[in-house]
This record gives sequence, C-alpha cells and structure tokens, in this order.
Amino acid sequence: MSKADAAAAILWVGVTFYALFGGADFGGGLWDLIAGDAEKGERPRDLIQSSLTPVWEANHVWLIFVLVVLWTAFSAAFSAIFSTLYVPIALAAVGIVLRGAGFAFRKQIEGLQARRAAGATFALSSVLTPFFMGVVVGAVASGEVPADGNGDAFSTWLQPLPLLTGVLFVATSAYLAAVFLVGDARRAGDPDLERYFVRRSLAAAAVAGIGAAVGLVELHAEARYVFDRLVDQGLPLVIASAACGLGLLALLLRPMGRKVDSGSTYRPIGGRFLRPLAAGAVVSVIWGWGVAQWPYLLPTSMRIDEAAAPDSTLIMVFVVFAAAAVFVLPSLALLYALSQRDLLEHEH
Amino acid sequence: MFLLDALTLAASESNLLAAREQMAFTLGFHIVLSCFGVALPATILVANYLGLKRGDNDAMELARRWSKAMAVTFAVGAVTGTVLSFEFGLLWPEFVDRFGSVFGIAFAIEGIFFFIEAIFLAIYIYGWKRLGGWAHFWSGVPMVITGIGGAFSVVAANSWMNQPQGFTLNAAGKVVDIDPLEVLFNPATGYEVPHMILAAYMVVGFLVASIYAVGMLKGRRDRLHRLGLLIPLTIGCIATPIQLFVGDTAARGIADHQPAKFAGMECIQETGPNQTEWVGGICTEDGVKWGIGIPDLDSYLVGFSADTVVIGLEDIPVDERPPANTLLHLAFDTMVGVGTGLMLLAVWLAIVWWKRRDIPQTRWFLRVVSISGAGAVLALWCGWIVTEVGRQPWIVQGYMRTSEAVTQADGIWFSFAGVLLLYAALGTTAVLVLRGMSRRWREGGAEPEGTPYAPPEEAVK
Repeated sequence: MSKADAAAAILWVGVTFYALFGGADFGGGLWDLIAGDAEKGERPRDLIQSSLTPVWEANHVWLIFVLVVLWTAFSAAFSAIFSTLYVPIALAAVGIVLRGAGFAFRKQIEGLQARRAAGATFALSSVLTPFFMGVVVGAVASGEVPADGNGDAFSTWLQPLPLLTGVLFVATSAYLAAVFLVGDARRAGDPDLERYFVRRSLAAAAVAGIGAAVGLVELHAEARYVFDRLVDQGLPLVIASAACGLGLLALLLRPMGRKVDSGSTYRPIGGRFLRPLAAGAVVSVIWGWGVAQWPYLLPTSMRIDEAAAPDSTLIMVFVVFAAAAVFVLPSLALLYALSQRDLLEHEH
Repeated sequence: MFLLDALTLAASESNLLAAREQMAFTLGFHIVLSCFGVALPATILVANYLGLKRGDNDAMELARRWSKAMAVTFAVGAVTGTVLSFEFGLLWPEFVDRFGSVFGIAFAIEGIFFFIEAIFLAIYIYGWKRLGGWAHFWSGVPMVITGIGGAFSVVAANSWMNQPQGFTLNAAGKVVDIDPLEVLFNPATGYEVPHMILAAYMVVGFLVASIYAVGMLKGRRDRLHRLGLLIPLTIGCIATPIQLFVGDTAARGIADHQPAKFAGMECIQETGPNQTEWVGGICTEDGVKWGIGIPDLDSYLVGFSADTVVIGLEDIPVDERPPANTLLHLAFDTMVGVGTGLMLLAVWLAIVWWKRRDIPQTRWFLRVVSISGAGAVLALWCGWIVTEVGRQPWIVQGYMRTSEAVTQADGIWFSFAGVLLLYAALGTTAVLVLRGMSRRWREGGAEPEGTPYAPPEEAVK
C-alpha cells in the first residue's frame, strides 16, 4: 500500500465514523421532525434529546477530521471539490450552523414558541444537511468534479444520481438513528418506545433499500467506472452490506409478530446485534464505495496518488492519526460508556 | 478584448473584496467564541476547585452556572468554527490547493485537540450530578490543556501565513517537501501564539467579570456576585501585564519580519532613524495628521535607541504595501490603548486587594469593570485587523497574493449577505438565551423541564 493510499484509507476511516455517529445524530433530528404534535411527540423527542445531548458535538468533530485530512493530504482534490460543488457545500454548512445552534438553544430558550422554532430549526436542518452532503458525495462519485476544479455550479449536481444519493444519505441516517434509538429505548425500559422505533427502523430500511437499488441503476447509467468496480472488486462488500441489512430486518421483524410483555425479560437475545448489524450495513457500503472509486479520488479525473501531498505531509497525517487512535478513541469510548450507563444527565 | 479583460478584472476584484469581508466577519464572530473555548474551562475549574477545597457553595454554584453557559457558547463556537473550515474551500480554494499540504498539518493537530476538548467538555458539562466531585473536576482538566493546544495549532497556522517557512517549491511552484517543525515553529509562532492565548484569557476574564459588575451596579451585592466578579477579574488581571510584555515583543517581531505591516500600522512613510511614535490621527502619504506625536519613541520601541532605523513605506514596492493604513494605525492604537487601560485596572485591583483583601468598593470601579469586557473584545478584534489587513496584499507573505487565492465562483456578495443574516440571528439568539439563563438563575427558577418543545404542563391541562 502506498503512502497516498494509506492516507486515503485514513480519510475513509474518518468518513466511516462520521457517517455512523454523525449520521445517527442527523437521523435523530429527522425522527424529531416527524414525531407529530407536542403531545404525541413528547416521549420520542425526549429519548432523542437524551441520547444526542452528551455526544453530538464529539460526533460532529469527525466532519472536521475529514475536512482537515482532505485538505492536508489531498489539497488538490479538496480545492477541486469546493470550487465546483460550492452551492450544495454552502447549503450543508448553513445546515450545520442551524442544526447545532437549534439543538443547543432549544433546551434553554425562553417561551414555548421560541423553543418550538429552535426545535424545528434543529430538526429541519438535520434533514437538509445530510441531504446536501449526499449530493456532494454523489456528484463526486459520478465523476462530475474536474481535476482543475471550477466545474459548473449547478449542472454538476442537479442530476439524478447526486440528488438520489442525498435522499439515500437522509434515509440511511434515519435508519441508523432508529436502530440506535431502539437500543436506547430498551435501556430506558420503555417497550412502547422500543416498538415505535422498531417500526421506524423498518420503514427507513425499506426506503434506504429501495433507494440503494435505484441508486445502482443510476450508478450504472451515470457513473459507469464506479458501478463496474462496485459489482466486481466491491462485490463482497455489497453482499456484506445486504446481509447485514437482511439480518437486521429479521431481528427487527421477529418480535413484532408476537405479543411481548414489558419488563426486563423483554426480548433478551438479538438486542446486542442490532447496532453492530446496522453499523455493518453502512460501513460496508462506504468501503464498497471506496473500493469502487480506487485508484481515483475524483473518478475519473484525479487519482489518489496525483492528489496526494508530499510524503513528509502524509507522514504527519499518519502521526496525527496515530495520536487520534491513542488519545481520541479511548476518550470517545469513555464518553459513550458514561453516556450509555446514564452517568451523564441530558437535563443539564 | 481590453474591455472584457477589464470587466473580468473588476468582477474578480469585487469577488476578492466580498470574500475578504465574509472571512473577516465570520472570523471576527468566531474568535470571540473560541476565546471561551480556550479560557472559560480554566475559569470554571478555578471556581470548581474553590468549591470543592473550601466547601464554598457560592463558588460551586458559579462553576455550575458557567458550565451551562459554556454548553451554549461551545455549541455556537463549534458550528461557526466549522463554517471557517468550509470557507477555506469555498472562498480560498487556490490557497488550499497550493499550500494545504503545508499549513494543513497545524489544523490536523488542532483537530485532535478539538476532538478531546469536545469529548471532555461533554463529560464535564453533563457529569455534574452523577460523577463524584473530584472525578468530575479532573474530567474538566483536559479541556484546559486541549484549549491551549488547539489555540497553539490554529495560531501557528496563521503565524505561518505571516512568516512562511519549512517547505520546498519545485520549478512549477508546487510544494514538494515540508518540514513540519519549521512550519509549526516559524518565527511568528513565538509571539502570535502566546499573544492570542493571553488574549483569550483576558477576553473571558474581563467579559465574565463585567457581567457581574453590571449586576452589582444594579444592587446585587451578594457574595455570589462578588465572587463571580473576583475570580474571572483576577484571571484577566494576571494575564494583562504578561500580555503587554508579549505584545511589545510581537510589535518588535513584526518590525523585524514584516516591515510593510509595521510601517502600515505605525504609518511610517520614510525610512530612517528618530521615528516619531504617533498616537491616533489619520494616516496620509505625508505621515500622520491630527495625531499626537512623541519624537524618537517609535525608533526607541523598535530597537531601544533613537538611532534605530525603521523601514518606511517608501521602501516597500507599491503593489506590496498594505491597504487601509488609517484603519491599521487606529486599530493598533486602540488595541494598545485598551491594553494599557486594562493594565491600570489590574493595578487598581492589586493595590486595593493588597491593602484591604477586598475589591474596591466604589461604583467607579464597578463601572470600569463593566466595560472592561467589551474593551477586551474590541482589542481582540483590533489585533486581528492589524494581523490580517496588515499582511495584505499577501495571503502567504511573499509567496501568494490573496487575489490569487480567491475563488472564481460567482455570488460571493450573495453568500456574504446570507452569512450576515444567519449570524445576526445566531448572535442575537445566543445572547437572548444566555440572558434568559441568567435571569432564571437569579430568580431561582427551574430550568425548562421536560421535552424540548412539549407544552408546559399547565398548558396541557
């Protein structure tokens, strides 16, 4: 593996973490958005609030990590992407501001109307942000970004594949969030809420599955290079993703058929596989995409080695990544562990 | 053909101006919040320590309140900081294209610090109830270290833009090799980094103290208010004399490394010894008008002797001179003036404390403290104006002009207008939220309960 490929792998690791954890936080916003009126939505919103509050800022930092690795290790690609897809990127940035601010404000702001406005801002921007991020990724995958940058401001992304990828990002976030919230509801000992999010996991999985199928057709039409490698070198990962998805469906569907009593004996087996399976389905798609793009960073205009920074910079990126593995990952594990054991209150 | 070229040039110059304005505005907004990220954790931990060590409930209550406020400022700081990283690509794609592999490493290191800060901030803010007292205190300590580390990394990147080194260009002007240590520890790092970290402690110290000074002026003279004033004010007052020393070193460093910037901010036209130090006034091609001149002082400040030769703008090529010399000059003077004023405030507090072990009890003292926070923020902005406008027309001093770095995308004025609206709403809401929190604490009322926007219980019934 060349140094450039290793740096690309680090970039992909960042993308993976952001998709899993940042994605789930965005999905939480979507479920908040469509939870219905204040009374009906109170309990799901409360659960979403409590599972997001301690972790969303840390999860957001993966985006910074991805941006920084991209502009440091692959400056030319960063520049080409940003100078071409600046419209969806700027809209995603607006979404990030509104999402974070809306979430932070809505607990503290005075007055019911203002709190609803802040909450709606958070929830709506939680949908728009992953959508536009997906649009950017879709446009990159379909080879719309020229190596020199400054591609057309609109025609590069106002196309079926990028827009569909945006929808797919939203559906995937929603799916991840719902599965994670099933676990949170179980921990909170709330079987009603658990069933509530099981139903939503299934709905999101259906949308994501259909979207992925249509996406493959579009990929065949608009991004032939990526398609060909995806069904060739990337095939094991595609199969792995589908297997995880189907396995998860089986787990989610199983208890829905029979009446289950509430209490601690509620569905003891299978629960601990929910999150790994959901994560596995998403992780294998991301790495499948990476394999399908290889050796291009911008298919088919810029290869990874063409975009790569000098070796001395790449080595610094490895050092920083090693530092992240030593310092950040254990800290994150501590945060999640404290959060999952309810040692961090969300009613701060 | 000529007309077309002229039109393109005009369009790109307009783009450049819009991009610079947007960058300046978003940076100016974020820099205040980043001060809170750097210096508020230490302020909170001092109160927390006093609370634990002496069983001081007022100090403990202050730490708890400030950490709740930090949840808001950190969230707004995180998203406005994200906007800045997007702007590298949205506004300055050519800059990243050419030099991303060099300055990027500083940001990569910053990413680690920011990550750890965000994690321990969450543990600290949300761990009040269920973590043990000292365990909770120690969970806050990483924030202090990573805040300083993060500030070091970001400001080192800015120092590098002022004093670029540690990279090799090939014949085509492409970076082919870098030396990370030379990039991070460039000549400007030594004064820019401590200057900014101290500035953060001053901004937070004086700003938090000024909130309690306003409360005390309104008659709230309880122990909580006095402690809420004293803890941050002490931190600000300790940082101030060190800052004057560092700032003085920084000015000499700039005279040495960036004579064009120094000549711009001091409005020095002709090279030579016996330079007059001008306070205030308007900078013209014939020197300062309507300012107060102190003969020889500028030469003395640069080289400790009136014979020190200081380079004037006449020796800088016309197309390498910084713009807006009056703005630079007044910004520099304002920063130094505010810093000196805060130094006098520190001396005032120190003398009274030494004599009476108490804060000065006069209303004048409280009035001065109540504007000290705004003053510190003003000085912070002025310092960044000197740094950034003074470096123009370069984005990387001597290597790349800002005009070469700017995006070719259309509609930057449109995006700037959007950013103004968005940030106006963001800033207003943040202030309203913080004021609301402060009022609820004062009235002893509870936090808003229940779900984010469920109706209050009485509304349901």
